[in-house]
Amino acid sequence: MPRSLGGREGSPFTGIGPVYVKELADHLSSVRMLVLTLFIIVFGAFPVASSLQQLRTTIGSDAYLFLRIFTIEPEQVPIPFVQALNFVIPLMAIGLGFDLVNSEFNRRTLSRVLSQPLYRDALLLGKFLAGLTTLAVALAALWLIVFGAGLLLLGLPPRGVEVARALGFLLVAVAYGGVWLAVAMFFSVVFRSTATSALSALGLWLFFFILWPLIAQAITRAFVPPEITSLDQYIGLQELALALQRLSPGTLFSEAVLALLNPETRTLGPMLPSQMRGAIMGAPLPLGQSLLLIWPQVTGLIAGMIVVFSASYVIFQREEVRA
Amino acid sequence: MSDNVIEARGLLKLYGGARVVDAIDLSIRRGEIFGLLGPNGAGKTTTILMMLGLTEISGGSVNVLGFNPVRQPLEVKRRVGYLPDAVGFYDNLSARENLIYIARLLDIPRRETEARIMEALRSVDLADVADKRVATYSRGMRQRLGIAEIVMKKAEVAILDEPTSGLDPHATFELLEMIRRLKRGGVAVLLSSHLLDRVQSVCDRVALFNQGKIALMGTVVELANKVLGAGHPLLIEATGRDVSGTLGSIAGVRQVVSAGEGAWRVTADHDVRAEVAQRIVSAGGALTKLSDLQPSLEEVYTRYFQEARHAA
Repeated sequence: MPRSLGGREGSPFTGIGPVYVKELADHLSSVRMLVLTLFIIVFGAFPVASSLQQLRTTIGSDAYLFLRIFTIEPEQVPIPFVQALNFVIPLMAIGLGFDLVNSEFNRRTLSRVLSQPLYRDALLLGKFLAGLTTLAVALAALWLIVFGAGLLLLGLPPRGVEVARALGFLLVAVAYGGVWLAVAMFFSVVFRSTATSALSALGLWLFFFILWPLIAQAITRAFVPPEITSLDQYIGLQELALALQRLSPGTLFSEAVLALLNPETRTLGPMLPSQMRGAIMGAPLPLGQSLLLIWPQVTGLIAGMIVVFSASYVIFQREEVRA
Repeated sequence: MSDNVIEARGLLKLYGGARVVDAIDLSIRRGEIFGLLGPNGAGKTTTILMMLGLTEISGGSVNVLGFNPVRQPLEVKRRVGYLPDAVGFYDNLSARENLIYIARLLDIPRRETEARIMEALRSVDLADVADKRVATYSRGMRQRLGIAEIVMKKAEVAILDEPTSGLDPHATFELLEMIRRLKRGGVAVLLSSHLLDRVQSVCDRVALFNQGKIALMGTVVELANKVLGAGHPLLIEATGRDVSGTLGSIAGVRQVVSAGEGAWRVTADHDVRAEVAQRIVSAGGALTKLSDLQPSLEEVYTRYFQEARHAA
């Protein structure tokens, strides 16, 4: 309702509370949630169990032992926990979000609900926040399970800085989930059919996971001159490749997580020898420096979430409520 | 404040250049049941959605209970109950839970919620299935649940879009009874329908929609006079020689049309029933039926659209 936006009265947040509570209750009591939880536990528990087994042999030799649970690449299952999450979180978010809006159309409840005193803003935002909360609850549960398992099996309490880094990792994971939730919700606003919106969201997810790295490579290759004559040229190419890769939320997530969980990480881009001057190889960065390092990544994730949400918001405002 | 709960002036809706609702004027009075009639796609639902602020208005103005649905949609929606065409509920929730959600959205105080919900469900005879999941409800029960929502809301105006479509005769009868009860409770009811004889029995006034315009508006009798012409239509069944000739010769009879074997339809300027009986009997015939035809909305509707088509 672009014409009326300027003059309408009443808060756009009227009614957001009831929508949020109802959606949250729906999510938490749904069979789908059960399936997703099962899914994430299977996906998460497997790598964690294997990495724990391996870590028990190296106790004592590592200052950030606890964080290794998340990042180590176990011998039996060559998927670290974070990489499993990189893959599973979008799936979970899509599972929660692909029918948020169009199911209301299909159940013909939308016009009835919108004829109550609330704006569309509140409906959309309430649904999104409820989905995000559900996602956060599931991820926090998983996080706690991993932490608990680590405590039990390693018999070693984590240090404060490790807890802080792991918490940061949880927040980044929620933000990453938020991006995909916004994407799923976007498709649920655009398409009336839930199957189409689920397929589109999954398609985009597969695209970013499988095709995008290849496409980014191909694009970079197209810019490679016949002969690389200077270091600047080389760095420029590297940066182009990285910039393209970073369009995928998955890349932002893995980079942010890498810096958080591997305190030794000093840069997320190409590194020049001049930058290495005076650095002690393998020495961990303080938490503040790591956070500074991933700031762009985290901002990027949150910005992506907001941009996609705004797009669905604009489309939803213009949509006719007639089924 | 005036006696009108809804007032539309020159209300206009354009869809890509097509005038779906074409500058209509409409006013609905406090405490009446007003029927919006017309074929599908005539602009009834769009008109309703504009009154609720659920779709943008392309031109003109509408005023609901003194509020402007474009600028003050929340105020309008707080006071107006809406039962959409083919209403849907959350199937996995019970009737009570569905109403609790709406009660929360309406910000009904928690202490009152339970009592208001049960009272509303009782008024539509759903109290004993209040805790069953809506998935098990029949279509008629869903419509009644929609009415219960309006009752719970204590709406001043109820807007019902095709409330009786898809219902069996018994369910339709029950629903219309509930609509009458709403009216007795002081609620102004605006309903849209294409089921004319049903609507005729409850509506105080009707508006006939055709291609986005209001073709006719008024009470059923007024419309009949306008479309079918003033006069008294009679249906006569009789045996005897040259009944139609006899009928035609009665003073005041304007038209005699055969309506099947031994049946005629007569239109007269005034009530000629006594004379008809006398003439047929005195001509040696036997009068088996003589009935005064109430103008039916169905007839008005059919005739109007026939004429509209001929004119086009």
